[in-house]
Amino acid sequence: MDFQLTDDQRALRQGVRDLLAGRFDRDALRAAVDVPGHLDRELWRALGEAGFFALRLPEADGGVGLGLPEAVLVFEEAGRVLLPGPLVATHLAAGTVPGAATGETVVTDADGELLPWLDASDVVLADASGAAPLRSVDPLTPLHRLPGPYAPRTPEAVLLTAAEQLGSAGRTCEMAVQHAREREQFGQPIGAFQAVKHLCAQMLVRTELARAAVYAAAVTGDPVETAAAELLADEAAVRNARDCVQVHGGMGFTWEADVHLHLKRAWVRAGAGRTARETEEVLAAAL
Amino acid sequence: MDLTYTDEEEEFRAKLREWLASVLPGLPPKPSPDDWPGRRAYDLGWQRRLYDAGYAGLHWPADAGGRGATPTQHLIFLEETEKAGAPYVGANFVGLLHAGPTIAAEGTAEQRARWLPPVLRGDEVWCQGFSEPDAGSDLASLRTRAVRDGDHYVVSGSKIWTSHAEVADWCELLVRTDPAAPKHRGITWLAMPMDAPGITVRPLRTLAGSAEFAEMFLDDVRIPVANRVGEENDGWRVTMVTLSFERGTAFVGEVVACRRVLGELAAQARKNGRWDDAVLRRRLGRLNAEFRALWRLTQWNVSESQRAGGVPGIGGSVFKLRYSHARQELFDAAAEVLGAGGALDADHDWTLDRLSSLSYTIAAGTSQIQHNIVAERILGLPKGGK
Repeated sequence: MDFQLTDDQRALRQGVRDLLAGRFDRDALRAAVDVPGHLDRELWRALGEAGFFALRLPEADGGVGLGLPEAVLVFEEAGRVLLPGPLVATHLAAGTVPGAATGETVVTDADGELLPWLDASDVVLADASGAAPLRSVDPLTPLHRLPGPYAPRTPEAVLLTAAEQLGSAGRTCEMAVQHAREREQFGQPIGAFQAVKHLCAQMLVRTELARAAVYAAAVTGDPVETAAAELLADEAAVRNARDCVQVHGGMGFTWEADVHLHLKRAWVRAGAGRTARETEEVLAAAL
Repeated sequence: MDLTYTDEEEEFRAKLREWLASVLPGLPPKPSPDDWPGRRAYDLGWQRRLYDAGYAGLHWPADAGGRGATPTQHLIFLEETEKAGAPYVGANFVGLLHAGPTIAAEGTAEQRARWLPPVLRGDEVWCQGFSEPDAGSDLASLRTRAVRDGDHYVVSGSKIWTSHAEVADWCELLVRTDPAAPKHRGITWLAMPMDAPGITVRPLRTLAGSAEFAEMFLDDVRIPVANRVGEENDGWRVTMVTLSFERGTAFVGEVVACRRVLGELAAQARKNGRWDDAVLRRRLGRLNAEFRALWRLTQWNVSESQRAGGVPGIGGSVFKLRYSHARQELFDAAAEVLGAGGALDADHDWTLDRLSSLSYTIAAGTSQIQHNIVAERILGLPKGGK
């Protein structure tokens, strides 16, 4: 048993982090916020070229031939930088929807009450009739409301979304720590105060517990383990983002700081899956 | 990310299971919790069986008489012994997990030969004399004085929270040898024979009603200088070797046990009708997620320490923060499953576990201290502060 990342997995994670730092830095993020609903097709194709969508297709079919654990690491990186677009649906459509694997085709999936990126997508899986637009709380995720009934989300969709939540939770923890080290009040960094320290420590605890759950579910593919990953990753992303707002103080309440983007996206991702109540019932039934 | 065990690890597990199945039925009945000599004899008897079967000191280095097992083998050992219902480490805890490893790492050849084999064989019991009435979380402020007198130290002071003091042969004792030095630099590590004149042990009752630990009063106790491990005034560093010996395996058995209890809670709730309460059901579902993830986090931490050649990571504090809290939640949920008639029955196992769970956010570094450790040592926030 060696649950830690292999050298290849570390290299993959680093590679994706470097790619995203180059193609989707903070300026790109803020530019995307300023043009709601616009999907950068050039970036999308670059992701396709890098293997983001074809990651799990066999090499014989032009894919990268990797597995769910590697996909989880990649989606964690996407979650860290708030990469916009129907990433999970397009990734899962690779191999079945033409052009999805290469990033030519953008795919979204009507598998819940909220349908993201309808107008910017080329293909909609499942039935999207009756979709009504709403003004999305998240400036980086346009949403339509569906009347239902909905096709159930696949376990892979649940897990990859949880991986994005994990990435966001880790990132907001880092942002809070960085701010706590730099911001000074009463003549010292606010991170020297135990009340702030303990908030930050809790953020790390939530992140690491969610990480163990998400990675394990990726390795085992077990549905109960996936439910645990979903519950803990949703909670880590949402609560860490809220604590990150708190640590940032007045700045955290501004549009200009990025913190609110993490919180809103975490809400959107949590809202895309089962409710916490449903997930807890799945976990209880398994006892 | 590999959660499958190697053939070698599976073979280790199979042999251990076979041995446990053969030896457990022949164990004597468990002594009552108040029967200290009986508990000592029972715990040492189990240690002797482990020794005879080659499982003693599994995680100790081979040159200290141990098996030099990997962290993963140690994880398997703890998992399987818990699942089989084998006895806990009990009175052997300090000897096997604290004093022994310290002596193995820092002791002279003579000291290792004197003290380590009796721990492995189950001949001698150690206790820990670290905390004092005025030195808890701030352990380095300890004040028990040791003054050199020829080839002895003369020790006076008091220690507290000393488990198994009544039945211990030896105490790993931290004393202050240089009151003028900065607090971390005037401390020395001594092995104190518990039959030395001047030691008074007074049992302390826990809030659960049992006498699980004691306070110790030391009045001019003479301890040979030869019993000092490490240099004079270097005891803090020597002690940190002990405290960092943990390799992510500290709570393996307990997480296994908690998951079993959770299953029992669900079964009980289905039987007594409380399962129809959606709020309780969801609470149990959430605990299922928590304890599954805590098990995976254990495997994560053990893998990390295995990669580092047995050196522990700093993930232990992260784990302990969440686990200690989850354990309290578990037994609060147990109380709800039982209903008032069971939860307020002091003879019910789950009631005793609920009471004892309160110590988990206090012992071995309070949650408040653990938060500081995580914030300062892992996240790099400034030290000190209010």
